[in-house]
Amino acid sequence: MHQAAIELIGINKSFGAVHANRDINLEVRRGTVHGIIGENGAGKSTLMSILYGFYQADSGEIRVNGEPTAIRTSNDAIAAGIGMVHQHFMLVENFSVLENVILGAEGAPLLKTSIAKARSELRRLESEYGLEVDPDAIVEELPVGLQQRVEILKALYRGAEILILDEPTGVLTPAEADHLFRILGQLKEQGKTVVLITHKLREIMAITDTVSVMRQGTMVATRRTTETTVEELAELMVGRRVLLRVVKDAAEAGAVKLSVKNLSVKDQRGVTMVDDVSFDLRAGEIVGIAGVAGNGQSELLETIAGSRHAASGTVILDGMPVDLTGAADPGELRRRGLAHVPEDRHHVGLVLAFEENQNAILGYHRQRRYLKGPLLNIEAILADAKDRIEKYDIRPADCRLKTANFSGGNQQKIVLAREMEQDPDVLIVGQPTRGVDVGAIEFIHKRLIAMRDAGKAVLLVSVELDEIRSLSDRILVMFDGRIVGERGSDASEGELGLLMAGVEQREAAE
Amino acid sequence: MSAPYAKLPAWADYGLIPLVNLVVAFIVAGLVVLLVGENPFRAAVILVEGAFGRGQGIAYTLYYATTFIFTGLSVAVAVHCGLFNIGTEGQAYIGGLGVAIVCLAFDSLLPWWLTFPLAILGAAAMGALWALIPAWLQARRGSHIVITTIMFNFIAASIMVYLLVGPLKPLASQAPQTRLFLDGGQLPKLNWLIELFGGKVRAAPFNVSFLLALFMAWLMWVLIWRTRLGYEMRTYGFSPKAARYAGISETRIIIVTMMISGALAGMMALNPTMGDQHNVAIDFVNGAGFVGIAVALMGRSHPLGIVLAAVLFGMLYQGGAELSFEMPNISRDMIVIIQGLVILFAGALEHMFRPSIQTLFATLSPKSAGLAVNGEGA
Repeated sequence: MHQAAIELIGINKSFGAVHANRDINLEVRRGTVHGIIGENGAGKSTLMSILYGFYQADSGEIRVNGEPTAIRTSNDAIAAGIGMVHQHFMLVENFSVLENVILGAEGAPLLKTSIAKARSELRRLESEYGLEVDPDAIVEELPVGLQQRVEILKALYRGAEILILDEPTGVLTPAEADHLFRILGQLKEQGKTVVLITHKLREIMAITDTVSVMRQGTMVATRRTTETTVEELAELMVGRRVLLRVVKDAAEAGAVKLSVKNLSVKDQRGVTMVDDVSFDLRAGEIVGIAGVAGNGQSELLETIAGSRHAASGTVILDGMPVDLTGAADPGELRRRGLAHVPEDRHHVGLVLAFEENQNAILGYHRQRRYLKGPLLNIEAILADAKDRIEKYDIRPADCRLKTANFSGGNQQKIVLAREMEQDPDVLIVGQPTRGVDVGAIEFIHKRLIAMRDAGKAVLLVSVELDEIRSLSDRILVMFDGRIVGERGSDASEGELGLLMAGVEQREAAE
Repeated sequence: MSAPYAKLPAWADYGLIPLVNLVVAFIVAGLVVLLVGENPFRAAVILVEGAFGRGQGIAYTLYYATTFIFTGLSVAVAVHCGLFNIGTEGQAYIGGLGVAIVCLAFDSLLPWWLTFPLAILGAAAMGALWALIPAWLQARRGSHIVITTIMFNFIAASIMVYLLVGPLKPLASQAPQTRLFLDGGQLPKLNWLIELFGGKVRAAPFNVSFLLALFMAWLMWVLIWRTRLGYEMRTYGFSPKAARYAGISETRIIIVTMMISGALAGMMALNPTMGDQHNVAIDFVNGAGFVGIAVALMGRSHPLGIVLAAVLFGMLYQGGAELSFEMPNISRDMIVIIQGLVILFAGALEHMFRPSIQTLFATLSPKSAGLAVNGEGA
């Protein structure tokens, strides 16, 4: 049998003027885990979409098991034995696991037969690969780690021999990620081939056999994982040397700027999302809140920013309480020196349909400098926008461009520039580098440190443990709405990982 | 996952696509004309000539266009704030009540140029008030504005029928309408404007409210793109979450926007009442509110686009009337079908040809297509 499970030869794909994939050659060997890394927009997703039949290559050839194969739709890909686990799950949330697995592969007009077949098949997959999931559970009631398992089962049920995973660990705890890696290892042992798309270098080092690096639409290098280093891969990705570790001095914490006391928040269904949380944030320090997504960090952030109703507790900003009825005026909080970089820049922090300069005043559009009577002072707005584009190296440097047309990293810089340039006393930041490329991450981290060194209080919420560890002076870990531990910046990853997974302190020490 | 897409140049976005939609609408309409046994090309000539061929036709076309500019602006203002105001019809109808009150009270006392501003205020205020209730229900109670405004159209119609067969009707009259307005309640015609350019107008209801409509179109442009309020409306329209984050009050912005929308709808009443019939009669709105939805859609909610789309619909109304007169097989209902096709293709199916035109642009001239890459995910 042919050694290569997939060969891509001379793949080209352009979208208008952008050459998303340029003469890509890639060989994925059977029975290996092959990592593909690259910054946002490097062309990883485009390449995999071509392989999975979402896009057609302009030129080039795809060979599966040595056979030239035309893949025009995802059905062709499935027929060729290629399965894909998407970054955003393609599951029907209110269907059961079984119903999701047979979706699109029902086979017969009556569901009974295919469900029975799927049930026995799932049992086999379960024992073979350690993919335990209750087949009758409703998907939306499963934790994300299990939902992902359903996606993998879907692909295997369709007979996938080659499995593509797109950023699979973004939503997982370290423990869940480890479990996923064990599953991938088992799949590999059974002779399946795994293609792993990620931007996390650590994962690449941990589980891949081979790694290919993409940059600006080209495949710049393929290495055996054992023969490369994290530093080399980072440099290949960005094209220059990257500081992976932020350099910073010890914090000089000053007066308490933000004080949260016994804060509890319930969501619309009445479920407690934030449970009796207390902490202080001082001038000149960065406090990081670590935790797996969905453990109350978002709600905590929104409540402090005044846009969520608190069930009980107080938040004191600079000696004055914040209105926690959920009807606080964010404008007033801004005037009191609170700047907020929201987690969801696409829907909250920015209006993507606006020109860049219109976003540069969002939330500050009532300031006198941006107004001439009831009219907007367009010249002042444009001047400020241009100034910030220069200061924060936002690219392209065009303040009339629609915000949607900026890359994720530059969009985030737009938000950060807006909030930081107001010279706030307290900056609360949610997921500052989500979907941001390595080069911009470096810049954003430096800026946050600079804010701290200028005596500002920074509250950082991130699901990226590396980010929390490298930026924070103090780390609070949230699990299930509660703060389950506080550690210094020297806390080990394992220690924090256990806290994030809800393992109690005493157990963790054992 | 990045989803790259080709962005069209502005002229294609605002010019080519509406044109293609329009051409397709007329082709399908032509087939319908063929089906009833008339020559579609002759029908097209009659339609266009009827609307623009003579001064008389132009005056009528612009008279209809005036009405549609108001209703189109009304719908578009709400669209910018993410609200779909289907209640323009009812708000315009109630706006007529404002006109009636002002004119009946002052037409014997004041000259038209004093009654007119009062009537504008009256019509706008009544329209705004009629929009206020659904707006309040939406903002404070979450009742969907599409449902409530539709309901309010029916309520408006019932109220107006009651008033026009009762309190507003002169005692001896049998027609469900107010008495005729005196000179102080009649707007001067603008027909001289067309005669200035050599057109001949026998008698047409084209009047000064056309100028008010154009002024309002300009004012709307200023409001949406040049004022803080417009900025907040657009922010809320694109992303309610971003608006909340920016400290924009949801309640306030919904209510203010809907009242502006209702006021513009109410002003529509000036044209057929003070401008033409010189009374307020039953059913004087006659579907213009719904045409406003099509006008706003076709004009891409931009004031200039709305003025152009309104003239197009004015042409269909005026040319259509000529057509049903000239061609015995084409009845009034056929005209409604043709108008419906234009609404269907230019409004409801506005995006039908967009993907193929985008693809065409991307392949023909990748540079001019100004490619844009969506910034989401990796």
